Amino acid sequence: MATRTIKVDYLARVEGEGALKVTVRDGQVRAAELRIFEPPRFFEAFLRGRAYTEVPDITARICGICPVAYQTSSCRAMEDALGVSVEGQLRALRRMLYCGEWIESHTLHVYMLHAPDFLGCESAIELAREHPDIVQRGLQLKKAGNDLMVLIGGREVHPINVRVGGFYKAPRRRDLLAHAEHLKRARDAALETVRWVAGFDFPDCTRDYEFVSLREGAEYPITHGRIVSNRGLDIKVGAFDRHFEEQHVARSNALHAHIRARGAYLVGPLARYSLNFEQLSPLARQAAQEAGLGPVCTNPYQSILVRSIEVLYACDEALRLIEAYEEPDRPAVPLEPRAGTGHGCTEAPRGMLYHRYRLAADGTIEDACIVPPTSQNQPSIEDDLKSFIGDWLELDDEALRWRCEQTVRNYDPCISCATHFLRLEIDRG
Amino acid sequence: MAAPRRPKLAVWKFASCDGCQLSLLDCEDELLAVAGAVEIAYFLEATRAEVAGPYDLSLVEGSITTAHDAERIQKVRRRSRRLVTIGACATAGGIQALRNFKDVAEFTSVVYARPDYIETLRTSTPISSHVRVDFELHGCPINKYQLLEVISAFLHERRPNVPAHSVCVECKLKGNVCVMVAHGTPCLGPVTHAGCGALCPSYDRGCYGCFGPMETPDTIALSAWLARLGLPERDVQRIFRTFNTWAPEFRAESERHGN
Repeated sequence: MATRTIKVDYLARVEGEGALKVTVRDGQVRAAELRIFEPPRFFEAFLRGRAYTEVPDITARICGICPVAYQTSSCRAMEDALGVSVEGQLRALRRMLYCGEWIESHTLHVYMLHAPDFLGCESAIELAREHPDIVQRGLQLKKAGNDLMVLIGGREVHPINVRVGGFYKAPRRRDLLAHAEHLKRARDAALETVRWVAGFDFPDCTRDYEFVSLREGAEYPITHGRIVSNRGLDIKVGAFDRHFEEQHVARSNALHAHIRARGAYLVGPLARYSLNFEQLSPLARQAAQEAGLGPVCTNPYQSILVRSIEVLYACDEALRLIEAYEEPDRPAVPLEPRAGTGHGCTEAPRGMLYHRYRLAADGTIEDACIVPPTSQNQPSIEDDLKSFIGDWLELDDEALRWRCEQTVRNYDPCISCATHFLRLEIDRG
Repeated sequence: MAAPRRPKLAVWKFASCDGCQLSLLDCEDELLAVAGAVEIAYFLEATRAEVAGPYDLSLVEGSITTAHDAERIQKVRRRSRRLVTIGACATAGGIQALRNFKDVAEFTSVVYARPDYIETLRTSTPISSHVRVDFELHGCPINKYQLLEVISAFLHERRPNVPAHSVCVECKLKGNVCVMVAHGTPCLGPVTHAGCGALCPSYDRGCYGCFGPMETPDTIALSAWLARLGLPERDVQRIFRTFNTWAPEFRAESERHGN
């Protein structure tokens, strides 16, 4: 029996530490395993006993690439527990800050982590030797997102201006308007990015995914909404636990998530786009059509194209919000601690991020549960590998290894996030 | 004539959020210049290419939390001429050092259904507990301009120009109104290492110590002030037990306010 094993001991150009193993027997892919060996950090355990006001600062440290996602999901869960809602310009500011993170995180992935795979380069630095103008365009686009985060959040990694109930200090309208000029140039760069990426050679691979994302009324989902899928799921965020479950498998320090009774599902740009195409701005929809995308995209290799469209949308949306911005009377809604449970779900760049907290009457956290997007996608990543690799077995080991890596990178996996957060019912059997 | 050899830069990751190494990629205006001045020989977040050691400068992110990582940092040290820790995890053990005060078996069972699948040490410790460190850059996250200064300094064989005074000095330089004196807001600025540019007070909030202790901080005097502002003992302990909880000065102060 001919056995061929493709191993990648340390996956590069992903956030965090993971490895990959694919086993092929007699020309058939028998197993594909993404192993996550990023060491556990136990956030859900040490959140117990902390004050409800501390969650945005503490949970931001789960991920340096998408801290705003953690801050926003945790704040929304706390506000749910405390029975307050943050609306008007404070809600708009959150969305604006989040747009900054989408621009920064997606552009990092498109230019520095994923495009090199399509162009046969080891890294964006190698790419810059051949195409300095392209890499410079990507860096400046990323910078526009980071600068928006600095303006609203104070800094790009672990912003300091976010609190439960809103912000510490609301930005001045004139400062945001000054940044709008940079964002307009960024929007042009984002449109050029869509056209550049549309010219890549995408493997012709599609799968029948169950897409899951938020749906936020007339807006493309970022900070609010119900959880929906293309197979009829339509639930309030608070019903997450009744419909989703997580399993702990031996090879991974992240937990695998499933929809009860149905199995693997997909979160992230492909799911958001396919479930909310009509909510994109006219400019983003038009760019998608010109790039050859329909209203639904089931080819995971085109996720880089969908990410580019979301960057364009985020620039467009941030500009719309800045235009309409009026300085709020106060930077945050007042809060009173009380006992209760709260749920919060927002769209991290990599997909839906769910938080749940139970509070004591004085606002001390009694229990915390965090479900990051990469652990929700882990079963789909492995299924993609199993489904697609069979067609490429004629490639030599190095080429096949690279193709497997690219397949994992379709998901922009954030292994730092995926590890250590998922919590299960304790199996004492 | 052969071109002069560019120094080799390596970036290593241990238990962390990736934010400090991301700070290098966040130097959008300088990144390509850095990549021209040094050979980026090992940096998994950015490239799949690997150049063999030894390395002239290693930047280390993250804390040591597993037996495997405790061995790995020894190898990194052996292959590095200079080793600089970047950020609170590598410099002080990070927020994951909160486990050091607790029973890690209990922590594992809270997060994981099958604790027996998880391999972890009882403690999260800084890199300096394991190997010799040439310089420690503070911050959760680090300041990217200080990172550029550190890289530049080591390339030119000089000490980095990174002040070790308190955040208070940065507030004064910036002309900020003191949030503690003027508004009664609890603030760790008097005992916290400079580097952020007094970010939190500039946004009307108190410093929460993410750059860790300054040189010889007077934490006892500050705690007395915090008590006078009405902060309960439990909250005084919490404020010292965050991202630099295992830094000796913050750890000792937190232990004065409970277990």
